[in-house]
Amino acid sequence: MEPVAVELDEHLFRHEAGRMVAALTRIFGVHNLALAEDVVQDAFCRALEVWKFRGVPENPSAWLMATAKHRAVDVLRRERTARTFAPELGRLLESEWTMVPVVHELFGAPAIQDDELRMMFSCCHPRLAEPAQVALILHILCGFSVEEIASAFLSTNAAIEKRITRSKRVLAGSNKLFELTAADFATRLSAVHRALYLLFNEGYHGASAESAVRSELCGEALRLAGLLRWNPLASTPATLALGALMCLHAARLPGRVDASGDLHSLFDQDRSRWDRELIAEGQLLLDLSATGSDLTEYHVEAAIASVHANAPSAEETNWEQIVSLYDTLLAIRPSPVVALNRAIAVAQHQGPERGLEEIRTIAGLDRLATYPFYPATLGELELRSGQPNTACKHFDAALALARSPMERRFIERRIAECRV
Amino acid sequence: MSEFLYLYRGGDSSGSPEEMQQTMQKWVAWMKQLGDQGHLKAIGNPLEPTGKVVKGKQQKTITDGPYAEAKDLVGGYTLVQAKDINQAAELAKDCPIFDAGGLVEVRPILQIGM
Repeated sequence: MEPVAVELDEHLFRHEAGRMVAALTRIFGVHNLALAEDVVQDAFCRALEVWKFRGVPENPSAWLMATAKHRAVDVLRRERTARTFAPELGRLLESEWTMVPVVHELFGAPAIQDDELRMMFSCCHPRLAEPAQVALILHILCGFSVEEIASAFLSTNAAIEKRITRSKRVLAGSNKLFELTAADFATRLSAVHRALYLLFNEGYHGASAESAVRSELCGEALRLAGLLRWNPLASTPATLALGALMCLHAARLPGRVDASGDLHSLFDQDRSRWDRELIAEGQLLLDLSATGSDLTEYHVEAAIASVHANAPSAEETNWEQIVSLYDTLLAIRPSPVVALNRAIAVAQHQGPERGLEEIRTIAGLDRLATYPFYPATLGELELRSGQPNTACKHFDAALALARSPMERRFIERRIAECRV
Repeated sequence: MSEFLYLYRGGDSSGSPEEMQQTMQKWVAWMKQLGDQGHLKAIGNPLEPTGKVVKGKQQKTITDGPYAEAKDLVGGYTLVQAKDINQAAELAKDCPIFDAGGLVEVRPILQIGM
């Protein structure tokens, strides 16, 4: 008898890890997070041993969930006198009569979806800094190991390990998973938006050279933003706008890095490689997000991405509209990077000299000191205004700041351009 | 064609979910390859890492397993057929167990009446 070759979702284990930890944490209580993680690891070990010989079952998710559920019942039976589990479930877990049906119900699909969402909100605890929230989400809900997060963020294992251990302690110290009906729901939802936005950006603009890692981070952000949309409480206009922005940017990923792993700026991307389906989905979400009175940064960024996504070329882009959208964005969330992008749009619209003038007036320019695309932009605009020597100096500075071989190659190509 | 038993010993396949999924998929692919090439007689079974040991000539004692160190523990078995022991051993070289630090013991099945 041969194992059946079932086409598996490429990241099934990672995604199921997040779902299982969320469900188990709900049952065991947040303070038993480590126990929940052990049970998940156990379920994977079992799957590995059995599937090796029997092949992948027809419904691998259900198989994993059932295994985790059985292990949860075992743990509850064995340790109910020694440990306290989820306080809100209290007595229901103490009696054999109620325990099994309760666990069964908590492993049902709707319950798990809720738990994943509650875990996401719990990871965005106000006591945690944003990078810690992002690392925790990647670790718990996306099943990334410390090593995998470290390699995605070009950080060291020790640094990420420390960040995650500390964050888990904060999480385990909270009484229970965040309730979606809590009074501070709206505040926490904005923190979740921000964390998912940062996660997406890390994938899109981050330092990691490997395009596989980049698209995985973007994919995770898209998936989690999708989870938010499925919940009626969390599906706010800002949530929809965030989803729109991610879709519209992710659509450009295939054009950003070509087959040989070279980075291309928006100006020289092969637009036929953009993902039309994602653009359509982003556009739909953007339309749906246009309700209520809240204009968030996500709305504006999605609107900018939408102008780009629908323009046939860089030249045929409505740069005037983009400049005005950047003005709005700067008013909502002032940042030197946003101002730099605005200056680039001004240069497209009114010429490189005007762009350079705009850059000189940016507030907080020193915050861009280590950002390779700041000197790279100066170089680009100097080059366009016929100053290849000045341009070259800026590109040299950019080269020194490049964070990955991919960025380095990109800047080297620009330097070569200056010497033509 | 002769028959051989593969005994999978040791190997720690724990890791990140992504790594474990990849390990699992390598195993499934390897088993499929054995089958496609007509070498798979019986795919066999995984074994629980626990068990009991019964011994004693007169006084039988039953103790809890395992009875070997983790690195030697048999984790499963497969029955294959091959031209000879050399081919059977050669085929085992592609087994994913080596990535996890384990080994494959290849034992010929004693041919009765030969």
